Amino acid sequence: MTFLTKAGLAAALVAGSVTAASAFTACQVTDTGGIDDAGFNQTAWKGVEDAMAEYGIDGRFLESQAESDYEANLNSLLGGGCDVIITVGFLMGDATKAAAEANPDQKFSIVDFAYDPTIPNVEGQVFATDQAAFLAGYLAAGMTETGVLGTFGGINIPPVTVFMDGFVHGANYYNMKHGTDVTVLGWNPDSKEGLFTGNFDSLDDGRAFAQNLYDEGADIVMPVAGPVGLGSAALADELGTDKLKIIGVDADQAVTDSEKSDVYLTSVLKRMDSTVQQVIKQVMDGTFEGGVVVGTLENDGVGLAPFHAFEDAVPAELKAELEEIKAGIIDGSIKIGM
Amino acid sequence: MSTSIGKRELNDAARDLLTRTQRGRADFEDLVVVPIFAVIAALILGALIMLATGVDLATIGKSFVALAVGSVGSLNAISETLTAAIPLVLAGLGLGLGFRAGLFNIGAEGQLLMGGTAAAIFAFSFPGLPFPLLMLLSLVAGAVVGAFYASIAGILKATTGAHEVISTIMLNLTSYQILNYLLRQPYIQKEGRADPISKSVPDAGQLPLLLDWVDPNLRLHAGLFLMLIAVAFVWWLLFRSKAGFAFRASGANPDAARYAGMKSGFVIVSAMATAGALAGLAGAAQVQGVLERASPGFSAGIGFDAIALALLGRSHPVGILFAGLLFGGLEAGGRQMQVDAGVSIDLIGIIQALIIVFIAAPLLVRAIFPWGFRKDAKGGSA
Repeated sequence: MTFLTKAGLAAALVAGSVTAASAFTACQVTDTGGIDDAGFNQTAWKGVEDAMAEYGIDGRFLESQAESDYEANLNSLLGGGCDVIITVGFLMGDATKAAAEANPDQKFSIVDFAYDPTIPNVEGQVFATDQAAFLAGYLAAGMTETGVLGTFGGINIPPVTVFMDGFVHGANYYNMKHGTDVTVLGWNPDSKEGLFTGNFDSLDDGRAFAQNLYDEGADIVMPVAGPVGLGSAALADELGTDKLKIIGVDADQAVTDSEKSDVYLTSVLKRMDSTVQQVIKQVMDGTFEGGVVVGTLENDGVGLAPFHAFEDAVPAELKAELEEIKAGIIDGSIKIGM
Repeated sequence: MSTSIGKRELNDAARDLLTRTQRGRADFEDLVVVPIFAVIAALILGALIMLATGVDLATIGKSFVALAVGSVGSLNAISETLTAAIPLVLAGLGLGLGFRAGLFNIGAEGQLLMGGTAAAIFAFSFPGLPFPLLMLLSLVAGAVVGAFYASIAGILKATTGAHEVISTIMLNLTSYQILNYLLRQPYIQKEGRADPISKSVPDAGQLPLLLDWVDPNLRLHAGLFLMLIAVAFVWWLLFRSKAGFAFRASGANPDAARYAGMKSGFVIVSAMATAGALAGLAGAAQVQGVLERASPGFSAGIGFDAIALALLGRSHPVGILFAGLLFGGLEAGGRQMQVDAGVSIDLIGIIQALIIVFIAAPLLVRAIFPWGFRKDAKGGSA
């Protein structure tokens, strides 16, 4: 009896909240790193927050704690409450596809996955992250004192390794230009093998992997594993930035991880916030269509963050070279990986 | 003289009856009253924690309503609760059986991973087999590999005395790396992927969905029957079979069991193998019913949750079934709490843990709610 009344009350409340809510709701399912990871998931959620502030819509999110949560989380957002469901992460590709095909009237968007052939009710958001990481690799090669750089990833999937590809190619380009011999540990773009933590949530792994790379001589490390990199930043903070610097990924981590902002030489920006907001706008305007949006240096979908604490430490000529290379990538005169 | 004997017999019978009703009452309190008060206590404490972290009262109320609605408030909620309960109950049954035999098996996580992976590999290796056959054989493959993996710890204990807590923990860690290695082998790895992930289970190998005719998003699958059959089987095995008697006797007093002629080594290995088979089935059910493939994180801590579940269910198959339903409900309801009230998933984890703590500590609940229980219900015979 009490249970029935409780359930009845619940139904009334839920119905009430649905009618009282604003007309448009954007929902997001995060990957396992969590909404407050100072990087990947947080940046994607910022897109919804920006849309909430700008267009006055409602936003909801669901955090995935394990890969097995993806489908369950997607299911609990189905049923009409969401005008668009945004899934964040390559690993959700299969679950999003299945949900989209079973629910053709629901609009979806997924970060880091492009379907081939495209699905009419899914818009993929992908990024030419190697362009921005190329700049970071070039910068790091110009800044290193030991001549050794390091990188590691979360899981060996394309949206992660594209960072590492760009980073290695950027360092190699610096070697070619300046006749130096800077090496990058942790990734081989030809064999597609490298260092991976195997997860996107263990800060301990981030610390241990950065320690290993530091022990091998690396003085600048780029972790590409969401919040795992925060563990690397903690190590750099303890060692001191003259010994180890970190290159952030996804967000400007000197801002999002503000307590340790001075360990970040720069960050490789992947502007998921702007593409997420763009997709929400399209759904609101009725211009949404399935397909792919690609973030590049040219459309500011990817980029290099400010140097913050290292603004004065980065030589002016290196900054100028970076500007040149950026222009070269945009106009196509510099090909990454050639 | 004869009357006095008669009176004494009558007295005994009355006392017998009295203690039996008392026992019934005590059982009722343990099984029904304690969990209800445990949930209430956990919700109150959870609300206080939420208040302390700056969540307002309306949101707290909304989140509790969401917990109820998300676990049992709709067909989808019930489907999600049951779907989450299936692997938990299967693995929990195996652990409970081990506890009865005096084996503290921590290895369900690893056994589940190995079993689930074996089921996936078997299923995509024989895509030509017809529907019920491939599904059943894949389940068997999962159970066999789980049993094999668990019996490593059993054999180590029986032959060398290596403690099963240590060896099963180590076997868990080993299983993660074995999985990482296996899932990157060209034969197993999904085409076109560089990360560790297996090929998909063909349709004929999947546990069929039970409610997809109502709504294709309902995930409840035929593993439900597997779970119920397993509950009945483990009950029979423990309380009606010779092997089960040997398990329980060894658990209660290993020396006495040995003097009674039971082979302790055999009991250890067979109890571990049965537990491993059930954990392997849990993994197979998860892979064949929900995930369709194996990936490094697919166990999602089920093997560890199942330990709490087995303890909560007092290592009794029916108790484990109910504990599994509770855990499944908390998982499904917790998700709804996140959607409806926007409560952080970490707070939800705290409330779930509090409910478990209170249920697992009946004396604490009795102390907090003394008026909810008959006085001296526990110490009646003293």
